[in-house]
Amino acid sequence: MKRYLSTSLIALFGALMLVSQLAFAALVEVPPFTARVIDLTQTLSASEQAALEAKLQSFEEAKGSQIAVLIVATTQPEAIEQYAIRVVDEWKVGRKNVDDGLLLLIAKDDRKMRIEVGYGLEGAVPDLYAKRIINEALTPNFKRGNFAGGIEAALNALIGLVEGEPLPEPHPASIDGAHLEGLLPLLLVGGMISGMMLRGVFGTFFGSAANGGLIGTILVFIGLSFLGAGVMAVIAFFFTMMMGGRGLNGYSGHPTRGGSLGGGLGGGMSGGFGGGLGGGFGGGGASGSW
Amino acid sequence: MKNIFFKCVLILSMLTLTGCGYNAFQTLDEEAKASWSEVLNQYQRRADLIPNLVKTVKGYAAHEKEVFTEVTNARASVGGIQMTPELLNDPEAMAKFQAAQGQMTSALSRLMLVAENYPDLKADQGFRDLQAQLEGTENRVTVARNRFIKTVKDYNVAVRSFPENLTAMVFGYKTKPSFTVENEKEISAPPVVDF
Repeated sequence: MKRYLSTSLIALFGALMLVSQLAFAALVEVPPFTARVIDLTQTLSASEQAALEAKLQSFEEAKGSQIAVLIVATTQPEAIEQYAIRVVDEWKVGRKNVDDGLLLLIAKDDRKMRIEVGYGLEGAVPDLYAKRIINEALTPNFKRGNFAGGIEAALNALIGLVEGEPLPEPHPASIDGAHLEGLLPLLLVGGMISGMMLRGVFGTFFGSAANGGLIGTILVFIGLSFLGAGVMAVIAFFFTMMMGGRGLNGYSGHPTRGGSLGGGLGGGMSGGFGGGLGGGFGGGGASGSW
Repeated sequence: MKNIFFKCVLILSMLTLTGCGYNAFQTLDEEAKASWSEVLNQYQRRADLIPNLVKTVKGYAAHEKEVFTEVTNARASVGGIQMTPELLNDPEAMAKFQAAQGQMTSALSRLMLVAENYPDLKADQGFRDLQAQLEGTENRVTVARNRFIKTVKDYNVAVRSFPENLTAMVFGYKTKPSFTVENEKEISAPPVVDF
């Protein structure tokens, strides 16, 4: 009797779990942004996927704008538009403040697709162009089951549109906007400390010159252009010259502090793909079905 | 000496103001305003599409007078409301604004439904482009509204929870009205199953 009771209790509990699972049909999870082309349905072969990835990578390196492809089985219970905006909000495709990201989302079992366009590309890829790419490149190919061909044609069309758009130059991944912004206060404080030390050791003029040289070298090292680094070096030189002078006795007592300048650089940049760069989206683009 | 005293007061006031949520109000208030401007922006974008859309549909279906009057009326009532950021602090004007935009949404979807009956119209490239633009804009409106609802929620939570509500009272920060679900009645009504 007791055993019967406990089995039925377990059964009841299981049934309850099932019901609650059904009642709160969970939203489809957004996969982590680990590659430009993510296929959760094994639709693309490994070589097709690699080819698309390489195409997008070389485009991103040449133009700076980031395009991602995601294939999921379904977006139910959400509409594809809702899921797409969740994906781009999480992935942050495209560069920060340039907002030049694009997402091609395909829900294979729903037979739906969407091109989500970042704020910065709404001029280059207006909704009606996105719609045409869906109608002319994706739909006919997908109807024939040619997914790789359709995606490639759509990406070619999108790349062609974005190519014509004047966008900021691409930077190496180590010095994208977000990175440099975070570095500036560090550079300023570090530069002031090193300036005081160098002035203490070499005197006002030579110390300032050495500090300018140091700042310039560091900037070149972390990826700024020679011209930009040179300008910064000259600024650092005059800044150090004009800094309230303490001379020899002031700061030479703290030689260890200079080390703080080198810390905190690096990071990011792993194998050519560092995830999203902070691009913003506002729901522009188009959806379609096949 | 005086200098040090001044600095102490400055640091102290910074700390206390941060603690009581004054700075948070500034941030949240600005965020709500920004997301509200985005909502207005996208509604404006939709309104700008309407003349062309109506003209194109009229070219093929001039006798569907009813739907055109509906769109025209909706457009008039939307146009009658000043789309300013100040709307945000006035629940009554906000409700009116919402009603007018809701009327516009349903008039537009009726218009697109009517267009479905005209194959020539559906095949017209100009119409298809406008349709794509309208869909894109409607989606932008949805995204902007959702973001607005979220920022207003954050702001209202801050205004109403202790101890920030004391600060809010002192500086006169009130809760902001948000959007409600437009088709509340349709959702709450049981679906009709017709065999």
